[in-house]
Amino acid sequence: MSKIDLSTSWNFDAAPESTSHIKLKKQYDLFINGKFIKPKSKKYFDTINPATDEVIATIAEANEKDVDLAVKSARIAFKSWSKLDSKERGKYIFRIARMIQERAKEFAVIESIDGGKPIRESRDIDIPLAVNHFFYYAGWADKLEYAFPNKKVDSLGVAGQIIPWNFPLLMAAWKIAPAIACGNTVVLKPAETTSITALKLAELIQDSGLPEGVVNIVTGAGKTGTAIVNHPDIDKIAFTGSTNVGKLIRKSISGTKKRSTLELGGKGANIIFEDAAIDQAVEGIVNAIFFNQGHVCCAGSRLFVQESVAKTVVEKLKDRISLLIVGDPLDKNTDIGAINSKEQLATINNYIKIGKKEGGEIYQSKCSVSKKGNWCPPTLFLNVSQSHTIVQEEIFGPVLAIQTFRTIDEVIEKANNTPFGLSAGVWTEKGSKIFKLSQELNAGVVWANTYNQFDPTSPFGGFKESGIGREGGLHGLKAYLKFE
Amino acid sequence: MDRIDVLKTYKIFIGGKFPRTESGRYFHMKNDKGESLANMCLSSRKDFRNAVVEARKVQKSWESASAINRGQILYRIAEMLEGRKLQFIEELMMTGSSKSQAKKEVEISIDRLIYYAGWSDKFQQVFSSVNPVASNHFNFSVLQAMGVISVISPNEHPLLGLISVVAPVIVGGNTCVILSSEENPMVSISFAEVINTSDVPSGVVNILTGKRKELISHFASHKDVNMIIYCGENNEEIKEIEKLSIENLKRIKIYKRKTWNDNKDQSPYFIEKCQEVKTTWHPTEA
Repeated sequence: MSKIDLSTSWNFDAAPESTSHIKLKKQYDLFINGKFIKPKSKKYFDTINPATDEVIATIAEANEKDVDLAVKSARIAFKSWSKLDSKERGKYIFRIARMIQERAKEFAVIESIDGGKPIRESRDIDIPLAVNHFFYYAGWADKLEYAFPNKKVDSLGVAGQIIPWNFPLLMAAWKIAPAIACGNTVVLKPAETTSITALKLAELIQDSGLPEGVVNIVTGAGKTGTAIVNHPDIDKIAFTGSTNVGKLIRKSISGTKKRSTLELGGKGANIIFEDAAIDQAVEGIVNAIFFNQGHVCCAGSRLFVQESVAKTVVEKLKDRISLLIVGDPLDKNTDIGAINSKEQLATINNYIKIGKKEGGEIYQSKCSVSKKGNWCPPTLFLNVSQSHTIVQEEIFGPVLAIQTFRTIDEVIEKANNTPFGLSAGVWTEKGSKIFKLSQELNAGVVWANTYNQFDPTSPFGGFKESGIGREGGLHGLKAYLKFE
Repeated sequence: MDRIDVLKTYKIFIGGKFPRTESGRYFHMKNDKGESLANMCLSSRKDFRNAVVEARKVQKSWESASAINRGQILYRIAEMLEGRKLQFIEELMMTGSSKSQAKKEVEISIDRLIYYAGWSDKFQQVFSSVNPVASNHFNFSVLQAMGVISVISPNEHPLLGLISVVAPVIVGGNTCVILSSEENPMVSISFAEVINTSDVPSGVVNILTGKRKELISHFASHKDVNMIIYCGENNEEIKEIEKLSIENLKRIKIYKRKTWNDNKDQSPYFIEKCQEVKTTWHPTEA
């Protein structure tokens, strides 16, 4: 059967999402104590559209003094917020959830402009999940005594929260919602390439009437993060990002009373057995590694295919990725958007170079993209083994390393043979095999016949060097409470 | 002439065997009156590393033993200890406890083992959850053992302290390497004899005697150890553990309590602390 050649037979018409309804400022200040204020640093940096290289806005850079001001306002707010009737606390958070819902489209478009992710994902996944997260934890606020049997719980204090650029608003929701539901106040720093939706959230929080200082948002890069981590009046650090930075944070706070939860890197194993529904599994492989350009800590970046079906799976996978549309994040047909930043693109390209140098066989789909912006086609590496750099290290891009296996014990050993332990996928039609793998894989999340599913009720977090603690669900409350 | 007592040689406990420390070093235990009690092994880094190998080897099979089986084995430890109660009381008295203190410590130790034996098939039910996700998936979170845990056991209450910390570790499917009370290690080796006759698989519990100062850094830095439990209040030691555990993001639990004889010194949360949460998603659409 001859395949359809999309580049010659027919093309999709452009289907861009309208940007007419979004409101963007030219310059964004810091959100401290319920007000937008100019940074004491007097510095601003550009935030760039990764699909066009255009500057979208300039963002305030918070220095130590700015962070100190934010922590002070959070500390003052903590006194009353933690004592507020918990039912009322919950109602504020419900209100925030609703208000994001009302402005969902605006948030989705801005998320795609600032971060490069396809509008289909920001519209259908990031924003609704962020809303649901607030909605879920809002309800916990006045029910905390039911969460941990026979324990009295109390708020921690001021939480310093540092989030990554891959799911900007969603990560803000993951951090802020449980923290404030448990009666804490927060100082949150979004990633420097994706600050806008956090600041739009700040505008919304201002409109919501949430007491001043409960949520403070300070923008900036690594130095701002360091100022938060090292601030003496912070009780807890919640960090999502790379394993290396996570370890540096642990080092900085060792010997102090600060607590921490860390959500770090991963190298998820996605395992396809010969008795899997193969077409469904191929879709699953694509979703596991190419969702959000592969900028996903739990991405299924190591594919293990049982030898007997490897040839078929790889052929189907090659066909499938040739149909993926790489391009304008705002186009509703786009599957893979822009790589978040020039730096990240360089990192990914470097790993591709290493992969080739170490003898991996590369396959990339052909795609024509704009000269401007940061792009990386979906990339497969065959003929790699456990010792290859691209099999061991987290790439955080659309690059999949493919290995084969013969027996179930072999694949369990290979899948677990990594310092990471965040996620895994299992594809088989045999239920007992799913539960065997689910028991044996050292990973915080195991997806059976699916991948990259998220939900506010579902705890998320890693074993080993993928992190400490869980976010989401009942288990996610623990990170923001102290036990008597 | 009175009969000459046969003195006991105290060795260490690794992989179900009682070797001497590979280092050949020892330290001399005396009682308050200055009378000689025993030569204790001064364990080395190599002893610790050997013990971790044994603990790792058996961890998966210990974890996959049924919950009720692990409970029965803990109960068996309690039975064995009850049978040797007098010996343990005597041994604690040799090292400074009064008779009533010693009796109390042994009795609470036995009861504590039974307390945790009973939790073996219940803690999972208390801490697991079925999560009502919005998509068509059956989603549940269960606890899974951390793996191999290194334990700096309390100096106070050399028997009760050790049991209070170790029982919640092993009942949840972990294996461990323990540094016993530095001040008072004799009773921990007698307890190893109890473990060794209680159907506990070899390597699940390994007990070393020696100096905190020499061993803490290895307990904290070993890359094949998933978690470290430290009992004590020395902030310098705690800081050292926090720093050295970063390399493989070892989980840390610090117990600062000085006594272990109260009901509040036991809790299913001590088991839960030594567990990871694992979440599984399964489609519900046919």
